[in-house]
Amino acid sequence: MLDVFIFATLNGLVTGLLLFMLASGLTLIFSMMGVLNFAHASFYMLGAYFAYSISLYFGFWTGLIFAPLIVGVLGAFVERYGLRRVHQAGHVAELVFTFGLAFLIEEAVQFFWGPGTKNYQQPELLDFPLFTLFGQEFPAYRGFMIGISITIFIGLYYLLTRSRIGIIIQAAITHPKTVANLGHNVPLIFMGVFGVGTALAGVAGVIAGPVLTTFPGMAVVLGSIVFVIVVIGGLGSLAGAFIASLLIGLLQSYAIASDVGVPDLLNLLGLEFARDHPLTDLWTMTLPQIAPILPFLLLVLVLIFRPTGLLGKREQ
Amino acid sequence: MAILSLKDVRKNFGKTEIIRGVNLDIERGEKHAIIGPNGAGKSTLFHLISGLYGVTHGTIQFKEHLIQNRTPYEISRLGLARSFQVTNIFPRMNVFENVRCALFWPHGYRYSFWHLLGRQTELNERTLQVLEQIGLQDKMHFPAGELAYAQQRALELGIAIASGAEVIMLDEPVAGMSHSEAENAVQLIRGITEGKTLIMVEHDMSIVFDVADRISVLVYGEIIACDKPENIRANPQVQEAYLGEVAVNA
Repeated sequence: MLDVFIFATLNGLVTGLLLFMLASGLTLIFSMMGVLNFAHASFYMLGAYFAYSISLYFGFWTGLIFAPLIVGVLGAFVERYGLRRVHQAGHVAELVFTFGLAFLIEEAVQFFWGPGTKNYQQPELLDFPLFTLFGQEFPAYRGFMIGISITIFIGLYYLLTRSRIGIIIQAAITHPKTVANLGHNVPLIFMGVFGVGTALAGVAGVIAGPVLTTFPGMAVVLGSIVFVIVVIGGLGSLAGAFIASLLIGLLQSYAIASDVGVPDLLNLLGLEFARDHPLTDLWTMTLPQIAPILPFLLLVLVLIFRPTGLLGKREQ
Repeated sequence: MAILSLKDVRKNFGKTEIIRGVNLDIERGEKHAIIGPNGAGKSTLFHLISGLYGVTHGTIQFKEHLIQNRTPYEISRLGLARSFQVTNIFPRMNVFENVRCALFWPHGYRYSFWHLLGRQTELNERTLQVLEQIGLQDKMHFPAGELAYAQQRALELGIAIASGAEVIMLDEPVAGMSHSEAENAVQLIRGITEGKTLIMVEHDMSIVFDVADRISVLVYGEIIACDKPENIRANPQVQEAYLGEVAVNA
């Protein structure tokens, strides 16, 4: 039992930190522009595909460095020549723009890389068990995923709270006009943050690609959960996004690892239902089966009982 | 030569003309007030000078630069600072960080990822000087959003002057303050704008007549008078359009 719990926690941590790498960029971009970037997870997918292509010629580690850089530059380009122009037409136009961009990226990925799954592999260097506990092995690559995520977040935290650019970004997020009047080129700062946000999504794609498989639907699969996270955490709250990411990562991981279900609950209550009942599927449902629904269930509950999200603030 | 010069400045929003041919010269070191009824276009004029809005027609010259088509940050870098009608501080940061934030660009501290803020002694000393000037050194670790209203306005003044700008534009700096708070604020404004050019929009006539060397009266987007306070007070056209009893009693 303890082994299941420990491994579920570690796997939940891997997923949670990966989700936060996406959610942090999305939250920063939302705080600045007041618009949810529907194409954010598409940049995550691009990270995985660029890294896959680079790894074919130069290996995994070169892809880890260059794929996020390419994605970041692409993101900055999208902000400068796309979003900034659309911004003048209002938030609805921005939403439609990012929505369209997500479709465009998905189609482009299918066009260039094809509709099938790519054989994007983790590096041989990390193809060994990091440790063995209760007879179970924990892969080194997953440990590497945890390590790189935590390193990036500590860096991001220091950047935002201890450096000059971080203080200016924090100020520009709430009062861009005032910051511009202090001599700062706010549009350039916004473009930079957009670029860094998308590059973070790119890093997530690079390290998640070998584990969660690299295929054209990967943006849709993770994208919807990332949106759930930023809403549960509270729109615009980085700390909220962090808590929500870990919460969802762990929740899903525990649900998948558990072997309990409705039959156990019924047994506990001393109830029994006929096997040939039309609702048999419902009576025999197990927790691992409903694990994918849990984030959305949590979203509904949070929206009902705390519409601003865990750490979000009510708009004035 | 005037430090700021507006020539036939016009601003339309759609078909509505908000600013209708403003000509205004402000001399170096002058304390200039812009008064006028609500909706006269005072804040719009501020937005045009500071680059928040582009002009529809006309020129704005600041020192030797034509600035009517420049962005706010470019104009700020030339030495023009402003405050807003609604208090604009950074509420989530503490008081010290608010002022320090205003010092980066004008004092040559460019964007940097690796210089830790705590180690930049010169920057931190200058921040403390500004805090002393605005009387908030005791509150330096206080979250700015939790300061009393008058203190928030003082902090806003500190942010505006921290840059060392030659021209400081204040949009209703004592609005919403009690009489005693306003008196203190006026003392503060006098102190921190000494030797600098001040342009101020204000509704409180006693303060306007007390502080300003010259006053411009803006009515429906046009300057109907620009003169010394005593002449403005006596101008029948101004009294009819705006001042009325206020000026007589001030």
